[in-house]
Amino acid sequence: MSDDPILSVDDVQVSFPVGGLASRSAILGVAGVSFQVRPGETFALVGESGSGKTTLARAINGLQEISAGSITFEGGRIDRLGKREMKPIRKRMSMMFQDPVGSLSPRMTVGDLVTEPYRIHGSDGRDLRAETERLLSLVGLPANFASRYPHQLSGGQARRVGVARAIALDPALVIADEPTAGLDVSVQGEVLNLLNDLRERLGLAMVIITHNLHVVHHVADRTAVMYLGRFVEKGETEAMFSAPCHPYTAALLSANPEPDPDKVHDRITLPAEVPSLLSRPSGCEFHTRCPWAQETCKTVPPPPGDVTCHFPLAPGARPPELESAR
Amino acid sequence: MSEAASNPPAAARSELWKSFRRLLREPLGVFGLSLVVLVILAAVFADVLTQWDPTRINPRDRFLGPSGEHLLGTDQLGRDLFARVLHGGRIALYVALVSTAISLAIGIVLGLIAGYGPRWLDNLMILLFDATKSFPTVMLALALVTIVGPSLTAVVVVVIIVNVPGYARIIRTQTIAIKSSEFVTAAQSMGASNARILGVHIMPNVIGPLVILASMDIPVVIAIEAGMSFLGLGVRPPTPSWGSILNDGFSQIRDTAWIAIAGGLPIIITTLGFTFLGETLRDVFDPRLKGR
Amino acid sequence: MTTLSVSGLNVWFSTEDGPLHALKDVTFDIPERRIVGIVGESGCGKSTLINAILGLLADNGEIRNGEILFEGQSDLTKLTRREMQDLRGPRISTVFQDPMGALNPVLSVGEQMINIQYRSGQSKAEKAARAIEMLKLVRIPDADSALNRYPHQFSGGMKQRIAIAMSLMMEPALLIADEPTTALDATLEVATIELLQDLQEQIGCSVMFISHHLGVIAELCQDVVVMYAGEVVERGTVRDVFHDPRHPYTRRLLECDPARQTERTRVLPTIPGEIPDLRHRPEGCVFAPRCLERHPGCDMAQSERMVAPGHAARCNLVDQSAAEGESA
Repeated sequence: MSDDPILSVDDVQVSFPVGGLASRSAILGVAGVSFQVRPGETFALVGESGSGKTTLARAINGLQEISAGSITFEGGRIDRLGKREMKPIRKRMSMMFQDPVGSLSPRMTVGDLVTEPYRIHGSDGRDLRAETERLLSLVGLPANFASRYPHQLSGGQARRVGVARAIALDPALVIADEPTAGLDVSVQGEVLNLLNDLRERLGLAMVIITHNLHVVHHVADRTAVMYLGRFVEKGETEAMFSAPCHPYTAALLSANPEPDPDKVHDRITLPAEVPSLLSRPSGCEFHTRCPWAQETCKTVPPPPGDVTCHFPLAPGARPPELESAR
Repeated sequence: MSEAASNPPAAARSELWKSFRRLLREPLGVFGLSLVVLVILAAVFADVLTQWDPTRINPRDRFLGPSGEHLLGTDQLGRDLFARVLHGGRIALYVALVSTAISLAIGIVLGLIAGYGPRWLDNLMILLFDATKSFPTVMLALALVTIVGPSLTAVVVVVIIVNVPGYARIIRTQTIAIKSSEFVTAAQSMGASNARILGVHIMPNVIGPLVILASMDIPVVIAIEAGMSFLGLGVRPPTPSWGSILNDGFSQIRDTAWIAIAGGLPIIITTLGFTFLGETLRDVFDPRLKGR
Repeated sequence: MTTLSVSGLNVWFSTEDGPLHALKDVTFDIPERRIVGIVGESGCGKSTLINAILGLLADNGEIRNGEILFEGQSDLTKLTRREMQDLRGPRISTVFQDPMGALNPVLSVGEQMINIQYRSGQSKAEKAARAIEMLKLVRIPDADSALNRYPHQFSGGMKQRIAIAMSLMMEPALLIADEPTTALDATLEVATIELLQDLQEQIGCSVMFISHHLGVIAELCQDVVVMYAGEVVERGTVRDVFHDPRHPYTRRLLECDPARQTERTRVLPTIPGEIPDLRHRPEGCVFAPRCLERHPGCDMAQSERMVAPGHAARCNLVDQSAAEGESA
């Protein structure tokens, strides 16, 4: 396995026009983001709603135009490609969408759904019926599911069909947008196990987009946390979970209710609401919600780097008010 | 919630069968269906059901009342009205089916393009639809007949021009609603061509309501055919049409009411049949009433 | 006093493929001033239960037997439509996953909050003051001006808090909260839970909190009812059930919760299989087809067994382990 990145995202921005004719302006959904994914690696993009993670995923997949920066996939620039030039790329990079059932065409059978990529890109003489069976067995579904329709599937089964379709053409990279969204807890594990297993067997690289930190913990090698369209922290997943450096990461990690009624939560509560993208805060954009914020944070943007914070946290740091309460 | 996830693998055919069973449970639907079947059978088996030639003039037998020989009597030229009604049904159904099928095909294609295409194209097409729609049917018919002369084709063309804008608009609206859904985005992300996205992923999900609407439109089409033939803009004599029978009936109404009744009754029966059937179909296929 | 007491509730739906037994012998209590969590995965009957309590079952649904006793006197299954309507809102109120279900997009928040006080007989100014007071209680910044704003001008978290304010405005005896935090982000979720806890204490109502999120239940609720395929499989205090789960389903569900997996693992626990088709319920224990501890005794219908006072499970292993415990 070479160490050359399979995907390289460099300072990518995505802007959306807002307002009417009179007051036309643009907001930055993704405000300059860089990361690389190596072959066989799983990279996670974590963020809450509105953080720009799905927009970024769509930009990588060429479903969303970028306004600045560049995206390189398997050695070639893929941003600003036309539909026709993008088509061969789509054989190598597939995407799974959030809604397990809603991302499947409702009037197509499971058999037609999983072999749809062959119908688009040519089957190269493969026997589609055999191929259906192979793909269904790869994702752990019985062959007789081929004649079912999406509405006859449970969420977990539908998700498996989505996975089967995403790996049909043997891609090098799979982008999974919220792979466990809308699934029951007992099924979430199944889907994550399946993704882990396929990744090992097929040597896939993956980009997983999620708001759920637990998902990240078990599948991702590296993780980036997004806030208002920027990365606030990026690094090895294990390290980030054991010692988060950015206050936002620490708050996210502490906001996970555990099924233990006697657990003492010393939680980092974030005051205030998420600011609007229309009026980004000055200085460090997290300062309006940061329990540790200082005067500097309100005016000076944090230095670039893996942790964009003026005052990265020491391991186990507690917010000032909790600290003083002890 | 109440739906268990583990249904047996039922194919689409059984879905249709279920809908059909639901249809049979609605008295109005059964009534409508019976009328429609009756009209179709009468038209198809016209030659078997009567020995009379609908166009054979027999001056000696003018204005006969209903009898065992002439079930609905005869008209001012002595033609058997029962035979004319049955054969007129063929014309009516032919016009209805052909023009509706063509309108559907054109409407679906235009609607898909308008709904999925760029904004400017959509705006342009909507303008065209509305312009066409704002034209009164009678004026349209008159204008067309002035150019090409009265014929069955003229009727079909008028019906198509009248129907297409409405059909296209419905398909357009549905397409717009569905084009941002995740399964369409998924198809785009797989690299599917526009034709494939429209034909395979969008069309099957938008035509359902339109087909039901079209079945409810069939009486309108039959009325247009009858109306144009009544005005002498459609089917030309001696070919039998319900509209021309009605026309004959009106000019002879002082001598006998039978002709007008014979021409009007099938129109009423067919209209009722298709309307009841269409309305029941709409209820049967309405997803909100489904499966609960 | 018990605010809500559901006993032996059975709900059936008639479907094209035959009758469907959606809720079977559902029994549980919501004591006064307590927060009771209802946990279960999709298809467990949570929505049917809510609708049965609110008298909003679909037309093809029917309560065959059982009763739902509200405040010890009125059996909700026997009330007329009109009587039920009078209870819904002032006495039993609801919060749903999507706050926009409760908020009218074309009316300002203030108008809506004043409208729902139509029974109070107060002046408009008094009602407005009450609305502001409630908005302050749910920590809406700038509560006075918030009254004149429209729902879309608030963020998702604020909308849900406004919906909560509206549902608690009439100081109901029972609040039914159906996954109110599921659509919210993690940081907002915990904030909303803490808020609900505070409000419940202040108003002194009982809460029936439906969630699939075990962590949220553990944090917020005092009692918990675990449902599976339309049956209550285990119930008791949160501490009893979460520390000493006695039904295999509860145990597996707790194991599956990702928050329990503090160590990074590549193989997460799961519950293989699907819930049974409720048109053809299994003869014996409803969880048996997926249960790892299945044995011949599971083929018979299961009744609820007491594990300890206030802790019951619908599993015959409870007797066995009790017997083992005695012999040991």
